[in-house]
Amino acid sequence: MSDLTTTPRLVEAGTSNTSYIGKPTSRVEGPAKVTGTAKYSAEFNVPGLLYGYVVTSPITKGRITKINSAPVLALEGVVQIFSHENVPSLAWFDRNYKDDVAPGGSPFRPLHDAEIKFNMQPVALVVADSFEVARYAASVLEIEYEQEKFDTNIDLKRDEGHKPGSGKTGFMPPPPPRGNPNDALKNATHRIEGEYIHGAQHHNPMEMFATTVEYHQDGKITAYDKTQGVYNVQQYITKIFGLSKDEARVVNHYMGGGFGSGLRPQYQVFLAVLAALELKQSVRVSLTRQQMFSFGHRPHTLQYLKMGTNPDGTLAALHHHALHETSKFEEYTENVVNWSGMLYQCENVNLGYQVAELDVYTPLDMRAPGAATGSFALEVAMDEMAYAAGLDPLDFRIRNYAEQDQNMKKPFSSKKLRECYHEGAAKFGWDKRTPEPRSMREGNQLIGWGMAGGVWDASMQKAAAKAIFTADGKLEVLSAAGENGTGTYTIMTQIAAETLGLPLEAVTFKLGDTNMPEAPLQGGSWTAASVGSAVKNVCTEVGEKLLKLAQKMKGSPLKGASIDDVHFADGQIRLNTNPSEAVVIRDILPASGEEKLEVESSAMPNMIKQQPYSMHSHNAVFVEVKVDEDLGTVHVTRVVNAVAAGRILNTKTARSQVLGSVVWGISMALMEETVMDHTFGRYMNHNYAEYHVPVNADIHDIDVVFVEEEDDKVNPLGVKGIGEVGMLGVAAAITNAVYHATGKRVRELPIYMDKLL
Amino acid sequence: MIQQPTNTSGGATSLPAPPSAGSVTLTINGVQRHMQLAPWTTLLDALREYADLTGTKKGCDHGQCGSCTVLVNGKRINSCLTLAVMQEGNEITTIEGLGQPENLSPLQQAFIDHDAFQCGYCTPGQICSAQGLINEGRAHTEDEIRELMSGNICRCGAYVGILAAVKEVVDKQSSK
Amino acid sequence: MNSFTYTNATAVDAAVREKSTNTKAAFVAGGTNLLDLMKENVERPTRLIGLNKLADLATIEDNPEGGLRLGALATNADTAWHPEVEKRYPLLSQTILAGASPQLRNMATNGGNLMQRTRCYYFYDLATPCNKREPGSGCSALNGFNRIHAILGASEHCIATYPSDMAVALAALEATVRVSGPHGERTIPFADFHRLPGDQPERDNTLETGELITALDLPAKGFEKNFTYLKLRDRTSYAFAVVSVAVGLELEGNVIKEARIALGGVAHKPWRVIAVEETLRGVTATEDNFREAATALLRDAQGYGSNNFKIELAKRAIVRALKQATEMNQPLDANAFLNSNP
Repeated sequence: MSDLTTTPRLVEAGTSNTSYIGKPTSRVEGPAKVTGTAKYSAEFNVPGLLYGYVVTSPITKGRITKINSAPVLALEGVVQIFSHENVPSLAWFDRNYKDDVAPGGSPFRPLHDAEIKFNMQPVALVVADSFEVARYAASVLEIEYEQEKFDTNIDLKRDEGHKPGSGKTGFMPPPPPRGNPNDALKNATHRIEGEYIHGAQHHNPMEMFATTVEYHQDGKITAYDKTQGVYNVQQYITKIFGLSKDEARVVNHYMGGGFGSGLRPQYQVFLAVLAALELKQSVRVSLTRQQMFSFGHRPHTLQYLKMGTNPDGTLAALHHHALHETSKFEEYTENVVNWSGMLYQCENVNLGYQVAELDVYTPLDMRAPGAATGSFALEVAMDEMAYAAGLDPLDFRIRNYAEQDQNMKKPFSSKKLRECYHEGAAKFGWDKRTPEPRSMREGNQLIGWGMAGGVWDASMQKAAAKAIFTADGKLEVLSAAGENGTGTYTIMTQIAAETLGLPLEAVTFKLGDTNMPEAPLQGGSWTAASVGSAVKNVCTEVGEKLLKLAQKMKGSPLKGASIDDVHFADGQIRLNTNPSEAVVIRDILPASGEEKLEVESSAMPNMIKQQPYSMHSHNAVFVEVKVDEDLGTVHVTRVVNAVAAGRILNTKTARSQVLGSVVWGISMALMEETVMDHTFGRYMNHNYAEYHVPVNADIHDIDVVFVEEEDDKVNPLGVKGIGEVGMLGVAAAITNAVYHATGKRVRELPIYMDKLL
Repeated sequence: MIQQPTNTSGGATSLPAPPSAGSVTLTINGVQRHMQLAPWTTLLDALREYADLTGTKKGCDHGQCGSCTVLVNGKRINSCLTLAVMQEGNEITTIEGLGQPENLSPLQQAFIDHDAFQCGYCTPGQICSAQGLINEGRAHTEDEIRELMSGNICRCGAYVGILAAVKEVVDKQSSK
Repeated sequence: MNSFTYTNATAVDAAVREKSTNTKAAFVAGGTNLLDLMKENVERPTRLIGLNKLADLATIEDNPEGGLRLGALATNADTAWHPEVEKRYPLLSQTILAGASPQLRNMATNGGNLMQRTRCYYFYDLATPCNKREPGSGCSALNGFNRIHAILGASEHCIATYPSDMAVALAALEATVRVSGPHGERTIPFADFHRLPGDQPERDNTLETGELITALDLPAKGFEKNFTYLKLRDRTSYAFAVVSVAVGLELEGNVIKEARIALGGVAHKPWRVIAVEETLRGVTATEDNFREAATALLRDAQGYGSNNFKIELAKRAIVRALKQATEMNQPLDANAFLNSNP
């Protein structure tokens, strides 16, 4: 039996070698990702695998009148063709098809009937013994359609928008008007108004949607699915196919990018599970890049803003109205205009939000949904307003700084936007800007400096985790969270290691499996707060058990100490009053004779603590563009993004999140648009050659500043999440910089050279 | 409307049969592999579906993203746009051949050090591409590396890290 | 992708013989465009004749006319970075490097580059009519989304553009295409190789059945002192040209002795107007003269809606390119691609 420790090194609490939170730790899953050993959903090559290939509709609306399956079924290697003609009887009620984040309405049911509701709707799944045969067979499957007239153009629906219901999780209808917005605008010293537009955008993560369903001999299935939420997929397929949870395990260890596209179960998981259950064999269904344009997208949105100022440069009135598309079967909503009621102090505000139904697939949350859209319009309008009032755009924002959330009439739990403005401006050198448009140039290149900012929700969801501490001193922590590049593996490992004072190498965090305790969907920038809190809780409980066992050790220096009297650091439990009085953690289980400790715990937002506050993260972005005076090409040559998002758990991975967000903002401003030809109701640039996102040569200097922000109200960790806030303001700052460079005010994205000639 | 103009059988009952598989020998990461493949199998699918080398990624299958980049005789190519039968007799190197978790190549280590990836899906292609860039010896400055790394899209937007990682290894190689 | 058989050709004449007797056969070299189109079911050959074992066609060497012969199977990368090409035809080198990506340039061959097909969205998408893909079905681009489409030389049957960068330089350099066919060898002046759509948009070029490109001959004159390739695109790299301009100038002091101007991204073939180039002969290299030439070059241009802007853009691009070629003050190093990124 082991006993007392040898004299440990004396280390101050909080600065121990096992203090990891806030440090720039390299990704723990890095070696797996850089060597290709990290396995994504289409990479589980289980024995006897069949391949499904999806056939999608070439028409937008109408019905299938005939499917000529026979000659295709006769091909060698073709196993089955699934379509509405032979799909077995499945769940009947809409509620069975509703996933955790389904908007109101009636979810699309793949292969349900002959009706075509949107272009590129999946109409058949060809299953064969190889990918190539399935692809070939899909290309010769003859299907006849009857076409009907359709509406896909939001421009023609400007008068047919309506206020949506509140069916979708997270949707907040805009607050009612406050003050007297019409009169205040009329009496304003300076006024601006304008329409701001962006088209549809598709998430296009690098990994295409795919599901490998492993069919087990006992009839159970394991679905390796590309999803941001394994539990969401599990409840979806169990309800539809009448399976018990025990019969359908859903796994996702690595996701090749999500950005919201994997929040809802996509149709390939339905098709793969259907085929596997029917054929009693393992099946993989992978979508093509072209088919990645066949489901949700950031909706084509039209926004109208009107603003006016008082003589002192404060906002007199603000009107912000938005209209975007939704499908005919579901009512997709996002929070587009609400931000305009809280980012600036203004007593007279009118916010409006409507949706219009089109024959398209339901839009889908895409990185900073609503806010990316709304902040573009608001922040460009603010720039226009600043110019109209003769004020510096940064000064104008500071004059209108909101000290409290006027939508909710609550103080902020913390808000360091002012510091974002100041630190960002200093780093960028904003004071050297000459305000007049076209006043800065370098040869043919007009130089423009622009800025903007944003606000995003800091939220937390219920999450659970399990910890297993074994006699060899190793800790394994599990929670069914997701890893799509956000750094989940790494930050959870950091939290667990620091909580129990263990070296990182002794801790393994596992995620993405319905055999693990439930975690919320990977979205909304809430994973760090939610799963992180659960991990901290479960490790704290392990620590309490370890302390009790340590106290039973012969001659234990910790006898009589409560959990508050000790701390965990450098592999030891130490007395706060005398850290040299300690027990080596690795010795505790061998001493007690226990093989392992296993604890499950969860974390919930503390509603009572949170209720009085409005909880948000903020950012301020400063951008330099160079615009070719004659040719209209735009390059973003310098960006400073200052972010206040509470405590930063890992400055390395968090910085990457913000860098990526900036790239997304550049992409939104200059490149991204899925263009629909309304003659066909079909997106025409549905591939990666014609749907442009930035390449390496598009990206230059990007500086990320994390403004220190302490917040003990949002959650015990004090984190606000970092995945989305960094994108806000970027597209607007670029648009504003383009104005400063050229004197041309672009109000419709993307800013292709066409718009600057 | 009738879908599938490719079906020229006009509703006839017989369609051209899939091609039959033949013996194809590929040299992958120094190992000769004898595989049964039909001509329509791309090098990418041969690696992922037939050789179980899933480190090479499929991001678009049309040469529009670079995720499937491998080295053939030391030169980087898109494995999605070549047929396996066209690569007989060539030395194919995939990410698995560059390094393993316990034996990382300098590029792989630099990618970790500079956090040159997030989701990791484009990463094997980025690293193979960077290896090809180094073999070419044409890129030295930051601008040259940016341009010659532009055949690999990273939707997470890790370009700043990718540039830093590749630059570090390029600089080390040239100072040798 | 449809069902096909594959064999490697071992000799040019045998390959040509087979191709000329089998209308469903296709040659494949790099495969970068053909396999892409086969996966889209746009191209459906039942037989592929692999050319990569024809090593004789992959060389780059001097030709009898004092110029350079580029083997049809030399890759774009090997061509662009060939010391003789870099030295004597930097315009070609620069132009190739402005196209596609490093990976694609390592695969794509010089012959294949001339054979690539349009990027028209409708051509690529079997769900929409396209005269080039399905003669007689109609042109969807005419009244559709035509931002990347032609402003010169189009017809009511087709407004597609030819997407190659390399070919724009080859047009400016007045290369010659050497082909081997069932009736022997012949040469085609570059200007005659690609054709306008007219009422046969399904035909991209003037190759006869069975003919195989064996080499491209560059004449001695390489405009290595004053040249530029200006490529305007929707992102900095790895994107097709919205408008591009290849310029080669021969200057005596500030006076133009000879000018070559070829446009990419605006027509069914690289666009040159010899008569306009002639007007620049003997005039001083000034912006006004450049603008006049640009206006003349675009005189017959027509927009179709979303591509109207390309008319003005092309004019400005021509002026800029002529200026750049005159001043040669753009960054010029071995990796000359950098100066094509305005």
